[in-house]
Amino acid sequence: MAVTMHQAGICRGILLALIVLGATGADWRQFRGTDNRSVSDDKGLPTACGPETLAWKAPLPGRGPAGPIVVAGRVFVAASSGGGQDCLRLLCLDAQSGKQLWQRQMWATGSTVHNSFGAVADCTPASDGRLVVALWSSNDLACFDLEGNLKWFRGLGYESPTTRNDVGMASSPLIVQDTVVVQLENYGASFATGIDLQTGQTRWRQAREQASNWTSPTVLRGPTPAEDLVLLQSRSRLSVHDPRSGRELAARDHFCHTIASSTTVGDRIYRPNDGIEALRWDAATRQLVTLWDESRLKSGNPCPVVHNGRIYVTKSAGIVVCASAEDGNTLWQVRLKGPFWATPVIAGAHLYAVNHAGLMQVVQLGEEGKLVWSGELEPGVLASPAVSDGAIYFRTDGHVWKFANKR
Amino acid sequence: MIVAWTSICFWALSAGSLPDEELRTHLAAICQVDQQGKGHAQAAEAWSQLAQANAGQLNLMLGALDTANPLAANWIRTVVDAVAERELARTGRLPLADLEGLVLDRSHGPKTRELAFVWLVQADHAARERLLPGMLNDPCLTLRRMAVERLMNQGRDLVEQGDKPQAVKRYEQALAAARDVDQVRALGERLNKLGVEVDLPRKLGYVVGWQVIGPFDNVGDKGYEVAYGPEKEVNQQAEYPGKQGPVRWKPGEGTGPFATVDLNKLLVMEKGVVGYALNEFHSSREQEVEFRVSSANAVKLWLNGRLIDEHHVYHSGVQPDQYVSRGTLQAGRNTILVKLCQNEQTQDWAKVWQFQLRVCDLQGAAVNSER
Repeated sequence: MAVTMHQAGICRGILLALIVLGATGADWRQFRGTDNRSVSDDKGLPTACGPETLAWKAPLPGRGPAGPIVVAGRVFVAASSGGGQDCLRLLCLDAQSGKQLWQRQMWATGSTVHNSFGAVADCTPASDGRLVVALWSSNDLACFDLEGNLKWFRGLGYESPTTRNDVGMASSPLIVQDTVVVQLENYGASFATGIDLQTGQTRWRQAREQASNWTSPTVLRGPTPAEDLVLLQSRSRLSVHDPRSGRELAARDHFCHTIASSTTVGDRIYRPNDGIEALRWDAATRQLVTLWDESRLKSGNPCPVVHNGRIYVTKSAGIVVCASAEDGNTLWQVRLKGPFWATPVIAGAHLYAVNHAGLMQVVQLGEEGKLVWSGELEPGVLASPAVSDGAIYFRTDGHVWKFANKR
Repeated sequence: MIVAWTSICFWALSAGSLPDEELRTHLAAICQVDQQGKGHAQAAEAWSQLAQANAGQLNLMLGALDTANPLAANWIRTVVDAVAERELARTGRLPLADLEGLVLDRSHGPKTRELAFVWLVQADHAARERLLPGMLNDPCLTLRRMAVERLMNQGRDLVEQGDKPQAVKRYEQALAAARDVDQVRALGERLNKLGVEVDLPRKLGYVVGWQVIGPFDNVGDKGYEVAYGPEKEVNQQAEYPGKQGPVRWKPGEGTGPFATVDLNKLLVMEKGVVGYALNEFHSSREQEVEFRVSSANAVKLWLNGRLIDEHHVYHSGVQPDQYVSRGTLQAGRNTILVKLCQNEQTQDWAKVWQFQLRVCDLQGAAVNSER
């Protein structure tokens, strides 16, 4: 019987590998998407996310600001539950049906103290297409394969108990090459670390600024995947690192936003500070070169989104400003209903934004921005949406929602 | 007897046939994992083997949680999840009698019993209602919380039905058992609405009566490491040089449901300052207790002159039971000294200079001063 199960497992593995190889184009593998840009090339997304386009709505057993990711036709979402939010959960849903394929639960080993506004499931999981890593505010980091088999578990908070932020730690992990980069900045033991995706062993660990910071590591794509780099944004420094060694290649010492992370497109970096600073990464000289710095583009909590030569900044008042990514000059702005925590996504010619009250707002992009649709989800939305295979996924405290046009 | 043998045969034949001895070896390998990724390779291999266990072996795996360190416990929990989830989906059954036996056996640790309960109620929906009434005083705080929640829900329903006396009875029963701050607070509020007064600070073990002194200098955050007079001696008659001149001890009470000691009100509204609060705590016996402190300010805590906790953190969140430390109360008089540092941040939300402190036993029950 055991052999039969083993064989069945191998068959499932082969099937999954085939799915992985064939489905990577549609994946949304980490916070703000595979390239951390909040932009999808998918076409045909619904511009009205209402009952007529609701494909499914899956209940969640726990809360969390963590966004969903989509890998090989599966949706992964982290949650936390229990009186102290100390039950950590990772769920895998079938993207087609919303049916739960598996769930794994863990006990938090680090601090679960957090603001009641959020939860311990603060961080969006990340995947390389074969493995999924999930990080919680307790600094517990777990790695599973797509079938739910545990590959390793690190209690980074257990190892370093003073690494905690009592509002909550919300920096999402990033997978670059075969390294998981985790940024745990706070007033206690503040550090960033690179962990071998396959084994869970520490490749490097560096002390970071001791200050509250919720930004996430961001990938700076190189000409080839082997040349991809990592940006770490601290309160007063943006630094460029080699992901395998952690070696710092360059840095810009200047105030940075502590919630909205930088966005990259090619060699361009858009760094939220008191506005937005556009930088160019000169790989040859290993220098960060300032292109422009625009204080009128002061970002709220969401990260900037850059698409087709334009930068979209969500201000704290709920205004989305569209500016030229070349010089920072404002082109237009549109007032939405805020406040926003979730970073909006762009797919096709539309920007999808969801505010904290759960109001979805769809803006048609062009020579001016035009609000073309709005509708209610559930209140308390902090998670950024995901886009995959012509569908958009939202995560509220109670549910994952999939909206897609009927085919 | 026949039922038991049938059950054993069913589970033995229904899935993988990993021998128990082999299973124990794999569990032992998992229990070797430790910090810094120690033992990962062996544990990962063991996990994949354990995932082939059958449902009848769940209890064996659950029992290993009793001695597993917190990291190994999660390796075991996830493989229990994998096996139970697969077997439940495949056969619609789990070994209910075994799981229930484990849940009810208080010689097992809280993690073992909690996870057994999680899977028992997945397979037997009636088990929750059957078992929770007996768990109000359970040493497993997760199970106890669920039992309290059940009574709270009953009380709420009784209120809706207009049966206030019975609702009060349920709420009071729940309050006696509750250990979590959120449940105690909610119960206190519900009882208050029904005309029953609850002394929340006492119920939660918050220390209300203090002597306070200050301000001392903390410009540039330098005062955190300076041992001012109150750290060097316990002398409530003493006068010390403060930031603005001589300072003396004076009474100061904690207010509100969590007995908040607000030094802005009791001492002075100023930035870059240090204040102290002193409490004489009487215990009739020597006992190990937990000190649970909440503050947005940098804090140090001494019990009988011994530093037992410190957090050099400013304005980075505040929650009940934020910092938990242990200490041993001696029989008779004890002194609890809190040092609270305020920095020079200028934001509105950084004005707070206050703390809350409660004393609990190791199960979270309030321990109040006996004088």
